[in-house]
Amino acid sequence: MPLIPDFTINQVFTQPWSTTQLITWNLQIILMGLLVCWTCGLVGSFIVIRRMALMGDAISHGILPGLAIAFITVGSLGIGTMFIGACLAGLTCNFCIEWLHTNTKIREDAAMGLVFTSFFALGVTLISGNAGNIDLDPGCILYGELGLIPLAEKVEINGTLFGNRAIWTMGVVFICVVTGAIVFYRQLLISSFDSTLAKSIGMPVKVIHLGLMLTLALATVASLEAVGVILVVAMFVFPSVTASFFFNRLSFILLSSFPLGILYTLGGFHLAHWLDCSIAGAIAVTATLLFIPACLLGPNGGVCSRFMHR
Amino acid sequence: MRIFLKLCPGLLLLVALLAIGIPELMAKQVGMQGEEKFWERTVRFFLLQDTSVQIVVLGSTLIGISCGLIGSYVVTRKLSLFGDTLSHAVLPGIAIGFLWAESKDNIALMVGATGAGFLGVSCLTFLQKCTHVRQDSALGIVLSGFYAVGICLLTRIQKMEFGNQSGLDSFLFGQASALSVEDLWGIGCTLFIISLFILTAHKKLLITGFDLSFSRSIGIRADSLQYVLWLLLAFCIITSLQAIGVILASALLIIPAVTASLLVKRMNAYLLISATLGAFAGLGGSFFSFLGQGMPTGPLIVLVSAGIFIFVLCLRPTDGLLIKWFFSRKNTLRIHREDTLKAVYQILESHDFQHQTINTQALMSKRGIDIVKCEIEIQQLINAGLATTEPRSPKLSIPGQSILSLTPMGWEYACKIVRNHRLWELYLTNEAKYAPDHVHDDAEKIEHVLGDDTIRQLEHILSNPRKDPHGKLIPSLTDMEMGNIESSPSS
Repeated sequence: MPLIPDFTINQVFTQPWSTTQLITWNLQIILMGLLVCWTCGLVGSFIVIRRMALMGDAISHGILPGLAIAFITVGSLGIGTMFIGACLAGLTCNFCIEWLHTNTKIREDAAMGLVFTSFFALGVTLISGNAGNIDLDPGCILYGELGLIPLAEKVEINGTLFGNRAIWTMGVVFICVVTGAIVFYRQLLISSFDSTLAKSIGMPVKVIHLGLMLTLALATVASLEAVGVILVVAMFVFPSVTASFFFNRLSFILLSSFPLGILYTLGGFHLAHWLDCSIAGAIAVTATLLFIPACLLGPNGGVCSRFMHR
Repeated sequence: MRIFLKLCPGLLLLVALLAIGIPELMAKQVGMQGEEKFWERTVRFFLLQDTSVQIVVLGSTLIGISCGLIGSYVVTRKLSLFGDTLSHAVLPGIAIGFLWAESKDNIALMVGATGAGFLGVSCLTFLQKCTHVRQDSALGIVLSGFYAVGICLLTRIQKMEFGNQSGLDSFLFGQASALSVEDLWGIGCTLFIISLFILTAHKKLLITGFDLSFSRSIGIRADSLQYVLWLLLAFCIITSLQAIGVILASALLIIPAVTASLLVKRMNAYLLISATLGAFAGLGGSFFSFLGQGMPTGPLIVLVSAGIFIFVLCLRPTDGLLIKWFFSRKNTLRIHREDTLKAVYQILESHDFQHQTINTQALMSKRGIDIVKCEIEIQQLINAGLATTEPRSPKLSIPGQSILSLTPMGWEYACKIVRNHRLWELYLTNEAKYAPDHVHDDAEKIEHVLGDDTIRQLEHILSNPRKDPHGKLIPSLTDMEMGNIESSPSS
């Protein structure tokens, strides 16, 4: 079996959609992928313009001990407990970084590197120490498995089946994020670009920051099963940075995370089908592959257009 | 927000306890059946009885030393997150090296990892120099993009026939027990090159690290030095991967160096301490991993170094959190004592110093506190030898019903505090032209910190005054020396 199998259109593009059974299975995967890409893309745009892309990385690593403790004490993958655990751990991580940064002479990047690696290490140790008792392994949290999403249990309310739990959870989170982005668009815009102005017109800048951090934790927890803690960084960073090579306006960047999400998911899904590898990894690889031409050829500050201007 | 900030040390301490407690617990839970076997393994580890243990001990200690050395430069040059990105970026290189050699061949892995690391660094430099992508986003892009390619390749290798995965999996979180003699050679060589580089280029590194433009002006090629440092950083990460893993490799670079930066300021001592702490972290991590068979070593190394960091943060001389807390508590107690003494003085003064004693009730109402707190304050005065109490009637001692009298030392102390307070009030009204009703709060704070010299100066400026702006007498030096209430200031 070679590293790169033969490429046949039939096998890569037609086969996944050949029978009804396969279509229902794969549609769930695609739907989950889309929701993850859109949610993370929206949250990520705000994170990136606030120059906190690495804070996203830090938080997504830092929530691990919270998840592990919540999982060990409660013993289920329910979003409620996991979310509470993750938020507490994420906030603790955030506060530790800020405390070290303000109260000692440790610089912010060093404080960040110190705190999130320690938290992550604690989480991994907790999980692998209890590996016998729980069905949560480091691998699952690290790269996630989008391909197994259709196996998640079904939601049942009053005897009526509503479908996949993981997708429903992600959908609810997505709707929350979209609503939040629309309702607080003005506040987020102003406080992200000019926090002094935001303060002077009486906006609660700290509350907005905290809310964004909580949303970040929520998005990370919800997409954890699908993409894992490290690849979620790709979902946060790539859409908005890719879009920033085409548009200057924040609203356009936010909106373009929808078409980009579709491209990432469909591309990643078929790439994974072709190469027979992790779907989440393939989605992130697609994002990277789309980023390269955007960076080189993008009309707004791409390398070629810069070169032409000179 | 403030409460959270106050809670932070506590949280850190909690994490420290977890960091120390959990590996112990786990060591007992995972591999050990009984206490006896736990000790047996501990002894086996520290007596270095078999070759595999010797390799693990030597390897992890040497890795710790080289990471500590390079980490000092990483942290002082603000490259901490760069190290993190680099360590994630080598993952596809390892996978490709594995595919190329079709087995876990050290040299192939090393070449692949070095190549990927270089590609990662070039992408990062390109993004920063040629596009408008900011540094944090660029780091995020390189980190997650390379990592994604690595994960795809790893999951692909798992499904191929020669996918002897067991060896590759340990590169994610590290497995010190899988260190081989060849690994040891690689680690040793890296450490040797790093030490050689630091010894030869020490001064240049120092200058470029702290003042780039100055070093350029005296003709040091800062850029090439920077590239050598990056190269060594990459080697350091790559050789430590077997023991600590891709994801946490940067922690061993950052944490010991940050810990050392809390302790010392000079670069030589900094390097030394950082290397020592790194060695301890490596040794401790591999020890815990050895105890709990099959535990990934990387997280344990990180937890040990985080434990050391928290220990240092709390207990380092003069600035440690616990030390500071202890001193501020001592100070708070002193201020409380002084406030109580002042209240006693004022009560005595309100009776024109007719009595030598006061009762507890009067003190309670003067200080505006309840009986429990008042008893505590009185007890503190007694402990410091500043006052004595006796029950109102010899037969029964009811709380809050005792008689308090100051000892000569207490009297002197009380006079001193009241004197500080009133001199300051007078100074503010006479010299700084404050309104007399605005000076009290200020004097309340400063009376506890005025030193003897300042008091002498105030006396001199105010030409030895007798009365404060509110018309009350300032206890004079003679009163203080007499140590006796009968010779009251009015006489």
